[in-house]
Amino acid sequence: MVSTMTANERQAALVISILAAIVGLAMAAAGRHDPLGVHGAMVLLTGLMCAFWVIRDYYKPEPPATRLAAYYDEPIKAGILLALLWAAIGMFFGDWVAWLLAYPEMTFDAAWSSFGRMRPIHTTGVIFGFGGNALIATSFHVMQRTSRARLADQFTPWFVLVGYNLFCAMAVSGYLMGVTQSKEYAEPEWYADIWLVVVWIAYFALYLRTLARRREPHIYVANWYYLAFILVVAMLHIVNNLALPVSWAGAKSYSLFSGVQDAMVQWWYGHNAVAFFLTAGFLGMLYYYLPKRAGRPIYSYRMSIVGFWGITFFYVWVGSHHLHYTALPQWVQTLGMTFSVMLLIPSWIAAANALLTLNGAWHKVRDDATLRFMMVAAVFYGLSTFEGSFLAIRPVNSLSHYTDWTVAHVHAGTLGWNSMIIFGAIYYLVPQLWKRAHMYSPALVEFHFWSAIAGTFIYVFAMWNSGITQGLMWRAYNPNGTLAYSFLDTVIAMHPYYIARAFGGLLFLIGTLAGIYNVWRTIQAAPARTPQSDQPILAVAQQAGS
Amino acid sequence: MGLIERDPHTGHGTTGHEWNGIKELNTAVPWPVWAFLIAAFAFSLVWWILMPAWPLGTTYSKGLLGADERQVVAAGLRASADRRADWTRRVEKESFTALLADKAVMTDVREAGHMLFGDNCAACHGVGAKGGPGFPDLTDKAWLWGGSPDAVLQTLRVGVNTEHADSRVSQMPAWGRDGMLKEQEIRDAVAYVYALSHPGVTKDALGGNAVAGKTVFSANCAACHGANAKGDIKMGAPDLTDRFWLYGGDEAAIQESVFNGRQGHMPSWEKRLSATERKILALYILDMGRSGQ
Repeated sequence: MVSTMTANERQAALVISILAAIVGLAMAAAGRHDPLGVHGAMVLLTGLMCAFWVIRDYYKPEPPATRLAAYYDEPIKAGILLALLWAAIGMFFGDWVAWLLAYPEMTFDAAWSSFGRMRPIHTTGVIFGFGGNALIATSFHVMQRTSRARLADQFTPWFVLVGYNLFCAMAVSGYLMGVTQSKEYAEPEWYADIWLVVVWIAYFALYLRTLARRREPHIYVANWYYLAFILVVAMLHIVNNLALPVSWAGAKSYSLFSGVQDAMVQWWYGHNAVAFFLTAGFLGMLYYYLPKRAGRPIYSYRMSIVGFWGITFFYVWVGSHHLHYTALPQWVQTLGMTFSVMLLIPSWIAAANALLTLNGAWHKVRDDATLRFMMVAAVFYGLSTFEGSFLAIRPVNSLSHYTDWTVAHVHAGTLGWNSMIIFGAIYYLVPQLWKRAHMYSPALVEFHFWSAIAGTFIYVFAMWNSGITQGLMWRAYNPNGTLAYSFLDTVIAMHPYYIARAFGGLLFLIGTLAGIYNVWRTIQAAPARTPQSDQPILAVAQQAGS
Repeated sequence: MGLIERDPHTGHGTTGHEWNGIKELNTAVPWPVWAFLIAAFAFSLVWWILMPAWPLGTTYSKGLLGADERQVVAAGLRASADRRADWTRRVEKESFTALLADKAVMTDVREAGHMLFGDNCAACHGVGAKGGPGFPDLTDKAWLWGGSPDAVLQTLRVGVNTEHADSRVSQMPAWGRDGMLKEQEIRDAVAYVYALSHPGVTKDALGGNAVAGKTVFSANCAACHGANAKGDIKMGAPDLTDRFWLYGGDEAAIQESVFNGRQGHMPSWEKRLSATERKILALYILDMGRSGQ
């Protein structure tokens, strides 16, 4: 990675690595009686390792100016591999906690393996580790291709990738030690949050700088979505994580918000994490890889516009639907509900635009598992956005809330939509970036597709059954006015579904591992002549002169 | 603007934009999209007019229906209390004897008790109230604090070893750990106690001398468990001659109880459950014991 940097960039990389090491040392020293010290040591080690890498290649010849005629793909490759690593970790822990719910003794009496600590490892691992790295990697790819411009420099992409993964590593290792600020999907403590802000600003700036160098007169839809993702996630992250540390030498902090305001801020964050992390960014992915793989033009530019502005406008209002029938004032609940209903229309516009793009290429969907991953992703996107709007309606929510129906809904989205589009993008990208004719084993891609589909269906159907059963049992009355079931009765009723869910998750995990093996073997294979899929960047002289 | 082409498959024109080979059709937004968008907005508009919806400085639009969540909940709670009233009123007023003999009211008690017991008691006493090590079986005949309806109700109200002013208090001292008895004395006492409920067992086979143990017992244990070891419900001291054992009746378990002592805990339910609910639970437990025998 260092050999592709210019002398100035190597200098910057060295300075920043050493700075990080010093900050890590300070954290480790100040927090030596606290989990903060462990994280300080991690930062110190990361800084030293990066400094070592830079020093090792410091005096290697600079990359030639001809590099500017090519896209900068090394960070994309690293991002894909990191995404796959996190997929394995996140899904493994996910399936473990799924079995844990059926067989609680599977914590083996250790504190770190309790449900409360492993569950955020699963969510952070898959959402931020797997999803986040995939978003960063594909955004680097898409922004270059659709701008016909090389990334603005060779250092920032690495800073973003390493910095982001350091954040993820601090997050999950913190959970094992019991470090959490107890906000769902925003568990990491103040120092990790501050670090993510720094990384995120660098990411946003990199995106804008690359976009500013674009050779295309128009900005492609995918970039609108990626930019919305980066910008709004920054806003959400900063506001929801406003907190006062108990001490500079400790991990613990207290949120600036309390009571129902805290709940509202948290779910404004929580739902928009779904909206802008798991939807907007992924729509960016869908809008590039699906038409590219299908070889079809986007069905309707006009639908893209209506869909984009509808999604970004409506989504920020809907967080309060997580707090129906709570202490949150009813008027806020009304707004959350009605905007959720209206949100369905632009969501379906986006899904329909993707599926209609496939008109004229359905034979490819039949034959090509990679494109099928993307098609299924669009279908699940449509299904789960319908379900989301439906569940946001107050009377429906009174049955579904706090039950496994919510879990079914989330996993229809994350397994069926997010994971499928990522795997589709990865199977498209890997042979291209590593210059291979095709994946090592197309049969294994098929296997991955079917095990992922089967796993998703088993998971979602199990949780639908479990959730609706649970909801109906909770509200069942005897004729004499007493509740028909104790809570324990409902837990016992869910047990078989929990086993089915864990089995579905296992199938999904197996598919993922098969995919990782396939990617690994593809990288190991000999380079081949690949069909030209990228249009050439402009001539060196013109590029250098800009 | 690039060249506008016509897509042969759909017949629609492109916008003339192109990004790395991706083109876009300039297809018009299909009319159903506008129709659904308008319908969704109309639905929202109606809901906003009818229900509390928009913030207005220090207040909010109340909606034409005058809906108030607090009142809805209060009314719901009142309505369900009314539905239960015809039998709960009887539970409140009538005596245990009368209630236990009344088949109709006991059917209601069993249904209500199932939920109350499952949500509050089953975590320790088990779904079937059969207990487990450290948690008494509520269906058998052994009662640490008495099995009369009033005694059961009192235990439910105040709990055992709680902060309640009238809490039932009991403690088995840690005779060995706290150095009150010597090791041999404990072994003898254990042999004696074991023999009480196992008449056929030879005394010296247990590592202690049951005869010597009787002396230890009279001097130290009889104060609570009674000279005949039949226990005392006033102090929650168990009968040591029967076959019921809270912490296990084998030699090792008795040894553990004597050496490290025991102090059970049962929460006070006075502040968590209403008087009616506690009475329903007492009836439910007594009824289970009755049908279990």
